[in-house]
Amino acid sequence: MKTSRLADCGNWILDRFPLASLWNDHMAHYYAPRNFNFWYFFGSLALLVLVNQFLTGILLTMNYKPDANLAFDSVEYIMREVNWGWLIRYMHSTGASAFFIVVYLHMFRGLLYGSFKHPRELIWIFGMLIFVCLMAEAFMGYLLPWGQMSYWGAQVIISLFSAIPVIGDDLSLWVRGDYVVSDATLNRFFAFHVISIPLALLMLVLLHIVALHEVGSNNPDGIEIKKSKDPWGHPVDGIPFHPYYTVKDLVGVGVFLFFFAAVIFYMPEMGGYFLEHANFIPADPLKTPEHIAPVWYFTPFYAILRAIPDKFAGVIGMGGAIVVLFLLPWLDRSPIKSIRYRGGLYKKALLMFVICFIGLGYLGTQPATPTATTFARIFTAIYFGFFLLMPLYTRWEKGKTEPTRLTHQPSLEERIPDLIATFEEMTVSQPLTTKSGITLLPRKPDVTGIINVSIRLAKKLKESLD
Amino acid sequence: MINEGVDTSKRQFLTSALTVVGAVGSGYLTVPFLAQMQPSTKAMASGAPVTVDISKIEPGQLIRVEWRGKPVWVLYRTPAILETLSSLDSQLSDPFSNESQQPVQSKNSTRSIKPEIFVAVGLCTHLGCSPTFRPEIAPHDLGEKWKGGFFCPCHGSWFDLAGRVYQGVPAPSNLEIPPYRYITDTQIIIGDTAAEV
Repeated sequence: MKTSRLADCGNWILDRFPLASLWNDHMAHYYAPRNFNFWYFFGSLALLVLVNQFLTGILLTMNYKPDANLAFDSVEYIMREVNWGWLIRYMHSTGASAFFIVVYLHMFRGLLYGSFKHPRELIWIFGMLIFVCLMAEAFMGYLLPWGQMSYWGAQVIISLFSAIPVIGDDLSLWVRGDYVVSDATLNRFFAFHVISIPLALLMLVLLHIVALHEVGSNNPDGIEIKKSKDPWGHPVDGIPFHPYYTVKDLVGVGVFLFFFAAVIFYMPEMGGYFLEHANFIPADPLKTPEHIAPVWYFTPFYAILRAIPDKFAGVIGMGGAIVVLFLLPWLDRSPIKSIRYRGGLYKKALLMFVICFIGLGYLGTQPATPTATTFARIFTAIYFGFFLLMPLYTRWEKGKTEPTRLTHQPSLEERIPDLIATFEEMTVSQPLTTKSGITLLPRKPDVTGIINVSIRLAKKLKESLD
Repeated sequence: MINEGVDTSKRQFLTSALTVVGAVGSGYLTVPFLAQMQPSTKAMASGAPVTVDISKIEPGQLIRVEWRGKPVWVLYRTPAILETLSSLDSQLSDPFSNESQQPVQSKNSTRSIKPEIFVAVGLCTHLGCSPTFRPEIAPHDLGEKWKGGFFCPCHGSWFDLAGRVYQGVPAPSNLEIPPYRYITDTQIIIGDTAAEV
């Protein structure tokens, strides 16, 4: 009797709201390729971090004061006197960095497996808009603690607008709401940070997922699973997202939370990379810190800005580095999606790009010495070369034949015997009997073994780049 | 639905008219919405002039005062500094201050009313960091070519001790000189509009 009343309640809702079809379309009957690997964790992790930022952000606003006279102290108040305030604040600040780690890896996955290509161009565009919103969100959020880095970072970035000819000065004045970064700026950044941009982010994430579920997920083999269907119309190489991937993603969540918690509890400042040292000094409009650098996730773009010895061109270069990402689906002319079947040209170009991106990221944290600037210029040239020369080299590259069905790759578990064999090749064991009569088998590194293994690895790496 | 006898062109006209009127209305509404982000009356009024006593500045010393929320430097330049200034012209991108912002009285080789007292807005013309005062000659981090000046730690721009920008650095122009005038020999007033004549 009781259960049927509960069922009645359920039916009452189902008659009025398409709950069942929503659940089926996006979870239980959404068929995802069965060969998702490590790289496919980051989408759901980004969603998790988004939830973390929303929750902790709302809690922080309960004690934070968006006022130039009170902001710095209110953050210290949260850290010292609000119950668990330190945890909530560190979850939020670490979450910001985690968001970028996860999103950069998520975007790199797209580059690896061609997830931005036809028919997923719009998913990529929505994703890029999310990325831009995320940068705006992080930048405005960084002003809120009103420390030295907050202040001068905002000063520099807002001044970027003034480089635009004709309207630049009025535009930066309009953004600041004052002649310098001031209380007015702080207050409006707070409004943007907690209301406008989170709303935009939420909607874009929704659009990103709706667009994804319309065309279906890409996969490490880069072939469309919808091309081979079983008699019931389901892709033969697909499995329902729920329960298969919800459960798999839970494992990813577990591993992620392990690292996330380790940072929050043991190194919340990450040696000055997640929270910069100079930001523990209240904002002083009369003095710039000796060395100013943005938070790590902006450093690649910041290094591009610094590498160009002209104010306006520098700003164009920095903006262009992001704009060019939007164009990616139309720059890449190769019909093959996955790196597994693409030609050596793209693989080498991608490797160069990754080296340059990380290189620029490192240089952006360092002072601009002449040597560093030279390197930054080379890296900037390669960064843009990767994208702008793409229509050429992706047309020349010779790919391999794509399979018609998903392939099987050895899992980590299946690789264990190989790993053990490699370890044994790299070490020698000399049985040793201790005084008490116990035989020990200590292993010592074996030089020739290590050389052999290294040579084999190098050969494999070279092969995989062809 | 019966569409017989319906004048569709009239409907079309009404639809377009409503769209246009609606668009104009929303257009008008964006003006207050956007304009409210401009500096408020209070922010514009807070640019009051600042009086600085310069009698206690030692030769070679720099003091910072706040004017309109910006750092303003007052530097007492020694004869040695002034001598160096004239030798730098070839390395500067605008030695005669033709492109930069300064009151007429300061548009000269020392960029000041009196050669010894240098007044400037201490914000880099590149992206608005406050450059550091580095009067020493050829320190190891800046190299042999450094003849004393202002160094911007953010993006490495170089300025001499008259706020003139060097060639080949990101900053596009010389440091801004605010309007100022001498009330007495030992007192200057910064930001007084009477000084802008």
